[in-house]
Amino acid sequence: MTMNTQKRKKRLNMKDKYKHMTRLGWDTTYQDMDDVFPKDKFEGIVIHDWEGWEDPFRMTMDSYWKYQGEKDKKLYAIIDAFAQNNGQKNITDARYVSALKLFLTGVSPLEYQAHRGFADIARNFRGDGPRVACQMQAIDELRHVQTQVHTLSHYNKYFNGFSEFAHWHDRVWYLSVPKSFFDDARTAGPFEFMIAIGFSFEYVLTNLLFVPFMSGAAFNGDMATVTFGFSAQSDEARHMTLGLQAIKFLLEQDPANVPIVQGWIDKWTWRGYKVLGLVSMMMDYMLPESPQSWKEAWELYFEENTIALFKDLERYGITVPDCAATVSAEKDHLSHQIWMTFYTHAAAAPFHTWLPDEKKMDWLSEKYPDTFDKYYRPVYEHWGKLEKEGKRYYSEMLPQLCQTCQIPMLYTEVEAGKPTQIAHRQTKFNSERFHFCSDHCKDIFENEPEKYVQSWLPVHQIFQGNCGGSTLPEVLKWYKVEFGQDNLDYVGSPDQKMWKEWKGEE
Amino acid sequence: MSKVFLALQAIEESRAIIEAIIKDNPDVEVENQTAMTKVSAEGKLVINAPTVSDLIGREWDPQELQLVLITLAGNVDEDYDHFTIYWDN
Repeated sequence: MTMNTQKRKKRLNMKDKYKHMTRLGWDTTYQDMDDVFPKDKFEGIVIHDWEGWEDPFRMTMDSYWKYQGEKDKKLYAIIDAFAQNNGQKNITDARYVSALKLFLTGVSPLEYQAHRGFADIARNFRGDGPRVACQMQAIDELRHVQTQVHTLSHYNKYFNGFSEFAHWHDRVWYLSVPKSFFDDARTAGPFEFMIAIGFSFEYVLTNLLFVPFMSGAAFNGDMATVTFGFSAQSDEARHMTLGLQAIKFLLEQDPANVPIVQGWIDKWTWRGYKVLGLVSMMMDYMLPESPQSWKEAWELYFEENTIALFKDLERYGITVPDCAATVSAEKDHLSHQIWMTFYTHAAAAPFHTWLPDEKKMDWLSEKYPDTFDKYYRPVYEHWGKLEKEGKRYYSEMLPQLCQTCQIPMLYTEVEAGKPTQIAHRQTKFNSERFHFCSDHCKDIFENEPEKYVQSWLPVHQIFQGNCGGSTLPEVLKWYKVEFGQDNLDYVGSPDQKMWKEWKGEE
Repeated sequence: MSKVFLALQAIEESRAIIEAIIKDNPDVEVENQTAMTKVSAEGKLVINAPTVSDLIGREWDPQELQLVLITLAGNVDEDYDHFTIYWDN
């Protein structure tokens, strides 16, 4: 007898079970509901019926604990095996470890921020369906940061550039980019946070963050990272579905919500894209073996999938975010411009840099036939020549930062057909001048200037004397970055020395 | 019509699920990528729990998909006997 003909165990229909297990709230009578839930009206979003919320996965707490427990058991079995078998010695090259340093300092702290953010909106929505879903996501995000720190702690036993990740996230210049992205989302109202992180980041952009890191890890022999990545990613599918459900719920509740939601999608897709610049550089330059270029990933995960998604949302009057054309125009330039910025500012970053070798440059030419040989290879060749002459080029200038995304003004006028001209926008607010990397960042500022004038811009802070002093050694001390150990080029680093000893090359 | 897809970890638990998908969705496209398998189809893709159960010899709960799923594109509809992913356009 096959399972098909066997009678399946009788149980409560999933829809009913979900309803019984999640609708646990009540209308308060001693206190006014608006006093108990003071944050879910000021953004202008109108909700007529919170019962309209449904989780398509119909996840309930009993199943949640069961499956999360199983995921963790599988993950820890592999983390242990990796450590027991000295997995750190089996990666393709120690340069790869810089990608992990970038992940732990730039991405893992965001998981914690997401945990805090979802816990907060789980408290602040008055509908119990979304509250339960957001509570689960808050616990997921906490699990992610813990498993990432735990997995990468094994690398910290051998390599530099991991030990002060939390301190660095709060202080180091380029880490203000991801940090301020989440600070921005967490200081918004609960609905904007939901669209910012739940929809724009988790649904539209998350594949561009995790899938490249994890397939990169698989390509470079890092079993532990593949495993924590996929373990986190298995929660991600549920988060994506929550984000999509949230946006449909808001759009179906009231037509007045549509323009507000569209504004948030436009803003947060751009904000998220700017953070992903770090991923583009990781994919194209930091992985010794690259499974896919940034451009290919963008075309696959954004251009192809997102079009399908927005076609689905068309009926509500939602359109593809206005920045999509800019991002597509920049896909041939992004990773090169960012890696060049890190190469020239490597003294102030706690991971190692290097020039792409011939093999890598040929790969880049193949992946970026319209731009790499024309604009970027000549610069690397010039810098290579300087290195050989013992004149390795470091920029001694601190760059102007964009007031909104906080990225150095490294982007060029690609969309206007002038890829060698630095893009620079400015505006005045309360008779003070503010600078931007792009029209999109300027628009975001002008829409909420009172918020963005408060940006903690690392370069401004250094010049104002808030970062330990104005010289590089003083700032590095304040960062807790050890000069000659955590920073500078891979070649000549203690990491390289150890790797060569492991490989019997020295 | 837009494409829906599921990406599953390339591990033992995924095999029967992928086999069931192929059986019940004739036009499905299967791609083996680094450490993962991507399954895509035009508009809609269904995993029927009884098909998976037949292949593994025990009852399979669609929520077990949680353990192997990496990412997806499309709307989700799930009940105790099926997991469906679809676009409305």
